[in-house]
Amino acid sequence: MALEDVCSFKERPVQHKWFSFSSLGDAAIPFPKSDYYNLRLETSENNCGVPLHFFIPPLPHSSSFINRPLSSFCPPKNSMTVQRPFRLAHGTTTLGFIFQGGVIAAADTRASAGGLVACPAVHKITPIHSHLVVTSSGSGADCMLWERILIREIRLYQLRHGHRLSIRATAKLLSSMLHPFKGTEMCVALTLCGWDNGPKLIYVCSDGARLQGDVFSVGSGSPYAYGVLDRELRWSLSKGEAISLAREAVFRATHRDAYSGNNVDLFHITAQGWIHIALHHIMLAVKMCDLSLLCHYYVQ
Amino acid sequence: MEYLIGIQGPDFVLVAADNVAASSIIQMKHDYDKMFKLSEKILLLCVGEAGDTVQFAEYIQKNVQLYKMRNGYELSPAAAANFTRKNLADYLRSRTPYHVNLLLAGYDDTDGPGLYYMDYLSSLAKAPFAAHGYGAYLTLSILDRYYRPDLSRDEAVDLLKKCAEELNKRFILNLPSFTVRLIDKEGIHDLEKLTLGAK
Repeated sequence: MALEDVCSFKERPVQHKWFSFSSLGDAAIPFPKSDYYNLRLETSENNCGVPLHFFIPPLPHSSSFINRPLSSFCPPKNSMTVQRPFRLAHGTTTLGFIFQGGVIAAADTRASAGGLVACPAVHKITPIHSHLVVTSSGSGADCMLWERILIREIRLYQLRHGHRLSIRATAKLLSSMLHPFKGTEMCVALTLCGWDNGPKLIYVCSDGARLQGDVFSVGSGSPYAYGVLDRELRWSLSKGEAISLAREAVFRATHRDAYSGNNVDLFHITAQGWIHIALHHIMLAVKMCDLSLLCHYYVQ
Repeated sequence: MEYLIGIQGPDFVLVAADNVAASSIIQMKHDYDKMFKLSEKILLLCVGEAGDTVQFAEYIQKNVQLYKMRNGYELSPAAAANFTRKNLADYLRSRTPYHVNLLLAGYDDTDGPGLYYMDYLSSLAKAPFAAHGYGAYLTLSILDRYYRPDLSRDEAVDLLKKCAEELNKRFILNLPSFTVRLIDKEGIHDLEKLTLGAK
């Protein structure tokens, strides 16, 4: 992606496989109609001001969209919409907090699709550059895309200007990029955990929220994680205690929340950069009804 | 959920906003500042939908500063309020309306203090006192009862405290602290944060 931009590579418009051209009766449709072999390319208004080269699938006409229809295009009147076979669920527990030794980012590794565990080993924490990781929550596909876009934009900025964009500016950039999609079904809630002249923790959401703070937990399991974090979080924690607290908070959330589970991913960010702490498998030994028993198995 | 209040005195305006940044049932931040400084003597207090508030308020903020850069003098509070209302009205019937409720407070060197109430339908009213949010239902009557146009600064702060105590007592949501600022001919002053213990 980055190389494409730097070389000004002209991208061919994406084929719309999800609706057939014969059903498009309307003349004023801002989608490019290109034939498969690009022989006589009809370029109609491309992108319509949407800043990035990808297309939003046509939206169903429902009352919830009347309040905030998309600013960039009107969906065709008789388009075939993609019906999802399952309800889009945003199950996850991610958290991040700042302490004397830097920033800890932790997340579970379960990707759920409705009641199904779609994948038990997903990485919800993604490094953006050496001193920034982002924890993601919401729709998995949206998060993966936006993480990749963010990596690209940060790298381009660094190449063009010779210095790295600050974390606050990164958050603002991300927030501005997400703004055109406000009101659509896109759901992305990211926590940027990084270090630039000090530890930084910023929460950015596709609703438009952008908050800087000392502790954030996001996802369906976040209330449970807050319950543990708020009691024991202090600035003066040692590194081992902080890691242990993060792991415990995610564990407690996965215990109560059906949509979080499997393993805990942990990252520790300091002035020297991020370190990935090995995945810890959560296993709870339940003796009778004594839920306070907790066994940790370290899996290398 | 969110609460804004403004009280105009003979030569000052006192404004306060709660400090909670919430996301559904969770308080994400306890020390969030909802006031935006438009110029040396104008404050914009903004609540509403998550991204819209910051986006709209910063847009107004930068445009007011741009006016100063271009023309060499600052917009008056009345002009800034009308500019804000016009923008809100223009966006209202567009594809991206901003769902924000605002209080604009300022001090004009010729006209004196002014408090302007604006809501998401872009109505504008200059008022001696105003409040936004569910808390307004509980506190407007207190303001009606005890407000006088010749309030001193201490009396205005006491009136504010009465309102905060009422919220603490009767409002189901927990609003533990409020940022308080005062605008007079000297500019914007930060007053002590108003924090109330649990009752």
